[in-house]
Amino acid sequence: MDIHDIYTALIMEKSSDQTHHRELDNADHSHRAFNASCGDDITLHLKVDQGLIADASFTGIGCAISQASSTMMIELILGKTPKEAIALANKFMGMIKKEIQDEEELAELEDAIYLQNISNMPARVKCAVLSWHGLTQALEDYAN
Amino acid sequence: MLTPKIKEDFPILKEEANGHPLVYLDNGATTQKPEVVLGAMTDYYLKANANPHRGSHYLSNLSTEHYENARQTVADFIGSSSEEVVFTRNTSESINLVAHGLIKDLLSEGDEVVTSIADHHSCMLPLRQVAQEKGAKLHYLAMTKDYDLDLSSLHEVINAHTKVIFLGHVSNVVGTLHPIEKIIQRGREVGAIILIDGAQAVPHKKVDVRQLDVDFYCFSGHKMLGPLGIGVLYGKKELLKKMKPLYYGGSMVEFVDAKETYLKESPHKFEAGTPPVAEAVGLAAAINYLQEVGMDQIALHEKEILDYALSKLKDVEDLTLYLPPEESRTSILAFSVKDVHPHDVAFILDMKGIAVRSGFHCAQPLHQHLDIPPTCRASFYLYNTKEDVDHFVQELKEVRRSLYGHS
Repeated sequence: MDIHDIYTALIMEKSSDQTHHRELDNADHSHRAFNASCGDDITLHLKVDQGLIADASFTGIGCAISQASSTMMIELILGKTPKEAIALANKFMGMIKKEIQDEEELAELEDAIYLQNISNMPARVKCAVLSWHGLTQALEDYAN
Repeated sequence: MLTPKIKEDFPILKEEANGHPLVYLDNGATTQKPEVVLGAMTDYYLKANANPHRGSHYLSNLSTEHYENARQTVADFIGSSSEEVVFTRNTSESINLVAHGLIKDLLSEGDEVVTSIADHHSCMLPLRQVAQEKGAKLHYLAMTKDYDLDLSSLHEVINAHTKVIFLGHVSNVVGTLHPIEKIIQRGREVGAIILIDGAQAVPHKKVDVRQLDVDFYCFSGHKMLGPLGIGVLYGKKELLKKMKPLYYGGSMVEFVDAKETYLKESPHKFEAGTPPVAEAVGLAAAINYLQEVGMDQIALHEKEILDYALSKLKDVEDLTLYLPPEESRTSILAFSVKDVHPHDVAFILDMKGIAVRSGFHCAQPLHQHLDIPPTCRASFYLYNTKEDVDHFVQELKEVRRSLYGHS
């Protein structure tokens, strides 16, 4: 495996994109997602307005994979309902766990589909799913 | 420096990792095993395996002999007697055994216990847990900005109310050799029970538990060329006598009737069930190997390797080192690369066959205390060579370039 199979141009671009890496003053949901073993520590902030995710951001530190994954996730869930966001997060985690491999089914993950390669790297799986897992926790109230 | 020929004693070091020759620099986590250790364990299974301490046949006696000889080897190595050496699974189990088997019964509300902010979770958490359960207060020895234990408030932190001190001998994050002699001396003045976590010390330097005058001293076999799954708890005889076992069962009792259990003497009362004889034999073989090389030579070799690494890293740009004062350094090198998360650094090095660790190294409070992010850690041992360091430094220089396309 080559380094650039993981750190693709898109992932590097998304990991250095700071658009969503910021505080969110009027957040109504915040959840800290933390990986003690490698040191990724990301807090996800969400603002739900009129049944839609109106704004979202994350703070904290993490590796390139976790940062890119967080950015792509936020781009994807903005404007969605919490229920839709949870469904997308479950789909993403299904992709990383190799439970969902059908490309058509995964298409709605948009850019995040480019993290599929991570499913072959056990050491990086946690980095990729960290913020998505945090999302389902933050939106727990909407799960049912 | 030790001869690079030592490497040939370790079959796994001839392996490749991700298509590159393996450069193993994660010795703080676990170490590789020389052929003599693997051979001793195989020999035991080939010629001596049976359940020990049930002595009714030839092999059982032979197995008992192997197990107890291994205990004697450990005792001689650390300067204790064999009845003060309890075999456990690892350092964590040793520490938990003391915390729950003895400390818990000694503490009451208002008592104070002390650990250091630099300590591994394995040392800190068992003490914190029992202190919380008993309403005792936990105090931390702080760390200075230059990664040394802060002894300026030693007399306040360790005071007349201090009942127990749990302390690491060497920090597993930045490699500081803690000034434990001074802390032990202070502990003695106030009559505290003192446990030292020596997981990062015993593999690298000569340790004499009597000379140190500690009550308990713990370490793991796998960090000193021995197999996984065996650790050691040294305890002073009179304290082991007071300490209760956590596990009950076979081979730890003298006599059982319908109502009463009569426990064996220490160390056997702490070793319920069939013990890991092959692992004990492997640990003894590792100790013999280390002693043949010489503990002082190993310590010197590691110092020379670390100094060599530091001289090579001097000119590397965008690198931060977390270095204790020169006299407190051991074989651990904590570092970070500018704008690259340590997990990415470790991953990129791994792609080149170089094994280092990244993260909080089971010492999150230390990172918070010093306000440092997670780090990378290269940890050296007797088989590491200048060539290993050269590979490491060369690839470390490339990390930013591989990630960002420029350095």
